[in-house]
Amino acid sequence: MRKFFTLLGREVRSYFYSPIAYIVLVFFLLVCGVNFYFQITYMNQRPMAYTVEEAFFNNVFFWFAFVLIFPLITMRVFAEEFKLGTIEPLLTAPVRDWQVVLSKFFGALIFYLVLWAPTALYFLFFERVTHQTAAGSWGAYWGSYLLLLLLGSFYISIGCFASVLTKNQIIAAIISFAVITMLFFLGLIQFIMLDVSSSMRDVLGYFSAIEHMGTLSRGIIDTRPIVFYTSMTIVMLVLTHQAFQTRKWRL
Amino acid sequence: MIKVENLTKRYAGTTAIRDLSFEVGQGEIMGFLGPNGAGKSTTMRILAGFMPPTSGRASVAGFDVFSQSLQARAHLGYMPENVPLYNDMRVTEYLNYRAALKGVPHRRVKERVGDVQELCGLKDVEKRLIATLSKGYRQRVGLADALVAEPDLLILDEPTIGLDPNQIRQVRELIKNLGKQHTILLSTHILPEVEMTCSRVIIVHKGRIEACDTPENLLGQIRQAGGVVVEAKTGSDNGVEELKKISGVRDVSSDVAGDWKTFSLRVESGVDVREEIYRLATARHWTLRELSQRRATLEDVFVEITHTEVSA
Ligand SMILES: Nc1ncnc2c1ncn2[C@@H]1O[C@H](COP(=O)(O)OP(=O)(O)O)[C@@H](O)[C@H]1O
Ligand SMILES: [Mg+2]
Repeated sequence: MRKFFTLLGREVRSYFYSPIAYIVLVFFLLVCGVNFYFQITYMNQRPMAYTVEEAFFNNVFFWFAFVLIFPLITMRVFAEEFKLGTIEPLLTAPVRDWQVVLSKFFGALIFYLVLWAPTALYFLFFERVTHQTAAGSWGAYWGSYLLLLLLGSFYISIGCFASVLTKNQIIAAIISFAVITMLFFLGLIQFIMLDVSSSMRDVLGYFSAIEHMGTLSRGIIDTRPIVFYTSMTIVMLVLTHQAFQTRKWRL
Repeated sequence: MIKVENLTKRYAGTTAIRDLSFEVGQGEIMGFLGPNGAGKSTTMRILAGFMPPTSGRASVAGFDVFSQSLQARAHLGYMPENVPLYNDMRVTEYLNYRAALKGVPHRRVKERVGDVQELCGLKDVEKRLIATLSKGYRQRVGLADALVAEPDLLILDEPTIGLDPNQIRQVRELIKNLGKQHTILLSTHILPEVEMTCSRVIIVHKGRIEACDTPENLLGQIRQAGGVVVEAKTGSDNGVEELKKISGVRDVSSDVAGDWKTFSLRVESGVDVREEIYRLATARHWTLRELSQRRATLEDVFVEITHTEVSA
């Protein structure tokens, strides 16, 4: 366990050593800040049937920033080690492959959660300043942030998988961006093409991040997305582990 | 300490090593010598547990490098070729991380890292970012990393490549001292290196072992078939033609610098041709400025065995 935490520590620190991390951080906070500001301004001008919290998590700004950050967070995790050759000292130390894979995954996840932490302050300040509630209930916060965690885990595991396939970070980023965008739009098909069959719609619904956010951000905790995203994350991590084992020395 | 049996590694398209078998005993400094592409790094990577062999077996400290990889890795310190390091870390920070990764007990990390930094001459740069280190210092960080967990066995892939002569001397000195407590397998394509540091040498060429013996014995084999160096002003004579006619001379190569020509002669075993050459020089009115028997070096052994150009 100590070795895992040693690896994890190095992963997390390496984010804060890299300029890309700060660019992502600034970009993300900027988009989120602008998003929050716009939503409030918009809602100030007319009566609305939803809360600030719902508005914040269910709009195009949010999703735009959301889909974009994963390739940036995960592209380096394996690709950089392959490129620099540091994978060699890493794997000739007495550590197991799965420890390496999990440390990469959780390292990225921790950085991702750090990105989100400041947004919780938005709601806090909103409530302090306006003396109004920002969300329908505490459950709405739990729901939104739970989905961020679940969806984040899944997309990060996709990013890790993409990064294990190549030593070129840009290619890793493009692969994960393509896959994540595709999955994201898969969930949109049911809104666009109205003539899909209902069973097809159910299947596509599983991929519909937007729909899940719609329900969860209202505080309605649905177990299906929880099970779905958790199992998909595990599947992706197993695949990453497999790919890592066969690829690591084919530099 | 190391036992290798019929090790073969094929990459897509090429066979890097074929049917390698050798042993390295406790306390030996074994030199692994061969030109670029001979398969040295491939063998070492297999021994270090980085990749599996295509066929054959290898064990380190009694543990199979493939099926008991974790235990085997715990017994060795490996320094890869070109020493890949995390550029975003500081020297001490990196060594602390490596020590923890290799299972050095928490309370001993500081002491061990301090010791290896001292030993490898890293004290002055301990707070520096690895990205800002020169090649020589990176090499030392790699060596310190290999040593930090006090392994029984050190596997060093080209530890002196890319260093300046001064640094090379320091690293050699260090390796020699380490050899007092550790078993070492080091690879190199530089001949004097093995001659100076190793107790035994394996010569590999195109993935096969061509020779395995002590440097002295290898030199003994070739001593008789040494060479002679002649430096002379030959006037209008070509020189090479005349020298070749002397009985016992196998081969002559020449090097021209102005009026002076330097001839390198390879001669048959046990023949001293210097007297003949002197007579030839007086007869043809050459001005002779050097006439000496060259002590055979491992380079001769190497050339003899591999018949390839060797860069020193
Ligand atoms: N990852 C690889 N994929 C394909 N071929 C490789 C790989 N690594 C090494 N080789 C080939 O294997 C042979 C031996 O290489 P190597 O072990 O690096 O030699 P050395 O370290 O003695 O210079 C070379 O012909 C090299 O081209
Ligand atoms: Mg090599």
